[in-house]
This record gives sequence, C-alpha cells and structure tokens, in this order.
Amino acid sequence: MIEIRIHGRGGQGNVAAAELLAIAAFKDGKFAQAFPSFGAERVGAPVQAFVRIDSKKIRVREDVRTPDYLIVQDQYLIDSVPVLDGLKEGGLVLVNANVRSEDLNLKTTATVETIPATEIALEIIGRPIPNAIMIGAFCSITGLVSLEAVQQAIMEKFPGAVGTNNVAAMERAHEIIQERKNHA
Amino acid sequence: MLKQIEGSHAVADVVALCRPNVISAYPITPQTHIVEGLADIVESGKLDAEFVNVESEFAAASVVLGASAAGARTYTATTSQGLLLMTEVVYCIAGMRLPIIMTCANRAISAPLNIWNDQQDSMTVRDAGWIQMHAEDNQEAADLHVQAFRIAEQTHLPIMVCMDGFILTHAFEPVDVPDQKQVDDFLPPFKPRHIVDPRWPRGIGLYADPRFYMETRYILHRALEKSEDTIREVSAEFAKAFGRNSGGLVKPYKLEGADLVIVTMGSVVGSVKELIDRLEAEGKKVGLLQICSYRPFPKQEVYKALKDKQNIVVLEKSVSLGRGGVLASDVRWSFPRSDKTDRHISCFVAGLGGRNISIDDLRFMVERVEKEPVDLEFLGLKKDIIAEKDL
Repeated sequence: MIEIRIHGRGGQGNVAAAELLAIAAFKDGKFAQAFPSFGAERVGAPVQAFVRIDSKKIRVREDVRTPDYLIVQDQYLIDSVPVLDGLKEGGLVLVNANVRSEDLNLKTTATVETIPATEIALEIIGRPIPNAIMIGAFCSITGLVSLEAVQQAIMEKFPGAVGTNNVAAMERAHEIIQERKNHA
Repeated sequence: MLKQIEGSHAVADVVALCRPNVISAYPITPQTHIVEGLADIVESGKLDAEFVNVESEFAAASVVLGASAAGARTYTATTSQGLLLMTEVVYCIAGMRLPIIMTCANRAISAPLNIWNDQQDSMTVRDAGWIQMHAEDNQEAADLHVQAFRIAEQTHLPIMVCMDGFILTHAFEPVDVPDQKQVDDFLPPFKPRHIVDPRWPRGIGLYADPRFYMETRYILHRALEKSEDTIREVSAEFAKAFGRNSGGLVKPYKLEGADLVIVTMGSVVGSVKELIDRLEAEGKKVGLLQICSYRPFPKQEVYKALKDKQNIVVLEKSVSLGRGGVLASDVRWSFPRSDKTDRHISCFVAGLGGRNISIDDLRFMVERVEKEPVDLEFLGLKKDIIAEKDL
C-alpha cells in the first residue's frame, strides 16, 4: 500500500488534489482512498489531506503518519509545520518552490524535488492554485498514477476552461520534470 | 456502477434513488455535502421531490414529521448540535411510528465546540425509539439507506443511519452506486398505515393519560425488539439482490478460535480488521464483533457470538459521563443470568472529538487487555495536560 500526505494551506486545493489522485488511481484500475485531515476550514490555515493507493480494498482509517510520499504545496509551511514527520526511508518529498531542491536544505535523507507550481499556475491558470501542477509533477516523477487518468479526473471535476487550463498547467509540470530527467 | 466518490455524495445519490417525496434539512458540518448533493439532484429535475429549506434542525424534523404523517416518503440528515436541537421532535417521530429516514453524520457535541467525529450525538437519542444502524464504510452507508426505507416502512419505525463524520462522509473511496431499476425492484412504493388528511380530520400522537401512556411505550419497545427479524431479513434479501453483505444485526470477523474479541461499531471497524490480520500473521488470535444495529440492541446475537469468549474489549466513540462506556454497558447486559462463565469485559473510550485512532493505538489496547482487564480507559489520553485541580 502506498501512502501519500499532502500539506498546504486552506484555499490551495489540498483536498481536491487528494480527491483527483484517488479518482485517477481508480481510473487506472487500483483501489484508492482520499480524505482530508479536517483541520480548521480557513483560507491560509495549514491543512493536510491523505491518499492511499493499493491493489486491494483499503480498510484502514487512521491518518497517514508514515507516508511514502509527501506533497508540499507551500514551501514556507516547512518552517512552521513538521511536514517531514514520519516520511519513510527512501521516500520522496515534492515541494512547490521556485528554487533547486538542494537550496531548500531539508533535513531528510529522502529524495527532494521542487517545481515552481505557483508561478506556473499564475501564468497558465491566472490564479495561484498549485494543486493540478503538483499532482502533474508528482505523477510524472513517480509514475504511480497515469497522467491520462489525472487529466480525465480534472476535466470531470472542472469541466470547461478551468479544467482545460489546469490540464495545460499540469502538462507544463510534466514537461519540466521530463526535461530535468533528460538532463540528469 | 462502481465509482470513486465521496461518501456524502454516494449517500445523496442512493437516497435520491429511493425516491423520497419530501426532503428537509438544515446544513451542518459534516452533514452538509449530503444535503447539498440532494438539493442539486432535486434542482436538476432528476428527482421529483419537495426540498423544503428551513431555518433550523427543529424545523427540519418538524417538516419531515408532518410530511410523513401526510403519507410522504421523507428524508432528513443532521449531526451533533443539529440532532440535539431536533431531539424533542425525534422522540415524537418514533412515538407516532413515522418511518422517517435520517442520516446522522456522527460528530462530537459541545461544549467545547468540536466539529470532528465521535458518536456521542446519536448516543444521546439511543432511547428515542428509533432504529440506529452504524456503517463500517461508505458502501455500507449507501446500502443501509436502501435497506432503511424498506425496514422502516415495514415496521413503522424511524431509522437513523449513522456514518462517522469526515472519516466516512468526506472520504473518497469506491462505492457501487446501484441503478434506479435495482432500487425500484428492492424498494416498493411507500404505503402509509395512516394518513393525516384535512378531508378526514384525525390526530396522531396527541395525548395519553396514565391509563394508556405506559402501554404506548411498551408497544414501541416491543416493536423495536421485533424489528430485529425485519433487519435480518431485509439484509439477507439485499445480499441476494445486490450480491454483497451490508447491514444486519451484527457482523463477526475471525471470531472462531479467537482468544480476545473486540466489540465495536462504525468506521473504526476497518482499522480493527487490519490489525486483526496483522496479529494473525504474528500468531495471535483476535476476533471482532461489529455491531451494525445498535438499536434494537441485538443482545441474543451478541450473546451467541460471545458466550464462549472470556476476554472481551469494547471499543467505543462515546461516553456516558459519570457512568463510563455506553456500548460496553449494552454488551455487559447481553449475558443471561444463567451464564456463569468467568469473563472480563473491558471498555476503551477512543477517538472522541476526532482524535485519530491509529493501528498502534489499537495494538496498545489489545496488549493492555491481554495483561489484565480494564474497566474503563480513555485511549490516547494526554494525562500530562490535565491538571489535578480540574478533576
């Protein structure tokens, strides 16, 4: 079973990101569970959302305490929230930041990746909502969920221009990750 | 059709398939998505129902009471403070034998204010004369609503379908949402026993003086006890029609040969099963008895399942302040006096106000009662932040 924890602030589409990942995993033929951590429902407040993906029915209902993957939608949360807590050995943390991963100086042995999701969102979507870009980059890095399934999930949840723009932004994230892989 | 869907929306979709004529509810977290979903369905024209917007839960309960008395199939949903505000009407609905279906998106109660999950809210009305069913997951939550309309209309008893707030209502997981024909084949149109009609004036639930009141309560008590048969039958029929087990009175899991049995209800069942499988792999035999029907409390089924067990632990998300576990009391009273087995029934109160119940917490509980029985313990209590002077 794969466990993912998403950290962000209220208004960044954290719960939607978890939901989209779970729906996309379902479309890929896997079992998935997504749920919010039910923090204070305020814009700007630290929020968590959880995703589990497995090849069989998921029964466990506890919060994700020892994630395989972390998605951090706001890099400044790292200063105030113990986002890295419980991250598994050999895990991966993806941070929304316009700097190189080594410049974040994260105290972890896990792989750290960054993507300038807010900048991409402002450019393509016109609003600083990073979630589609973050999950696009996440799927591009991990291959855990197919990009096609994520695209479908986005278009179903946000039909019309909002969906199209988010899909375009997600594809930009994928291109950036692939370029980075090619350079490595 | 199998869908990756939020629990609340699965329930809204399934309730709509049950073709209620009147829906009335007041939005309250974490029930809101259910009634928003139903409002959308009614607005779209897919469901021909009257959606009555109201100013409070008291009014919502009163609207469905009146509509049900007038012969309508009715539905409402609430939680926590909303349920407490409804309480007066909740008792009246049962006393009038109106087969109303309500979803309780279980949540803690004030004060202090807390919007997260536990089961103290539905517990406060456990004696109101409603059938109370608890869902393990969102599939069962959806299925229980289909069964609930059948059971309620057959027994003339209202039913509260309890699903853990947020943990289920806000979880996206796969749910097989049936199609209209499947539900229509299972659930015949509502045939009310009495109808309040201005053309033929009559009253219900009006007045019973000391010569008659006690008999009305006895009848309601017996009707609830007898509804066990209907709950069992409808669950069996559902399994035949839909191909999966949902609902019923109790559900055992790996009870045979178990040295220790956990008794619980609601969404924590999933984590308990997970723990039981892990312990089994480590060579430890622990079983589970899931209570699905909390009222009527299936004491014979509970006794049948537990009569050979000596070490039992009740895990519950509610507490009777000044007394202790509520479900634990019910379980303790399930053994007849003739039963002389020396057994321990421990009680753990857990998850109050949305406190996470981890697999490690559950493992701690098991190891604790393996050593010695526990009358009452609060799982994961932070003793270090409690001042002696406050006790």
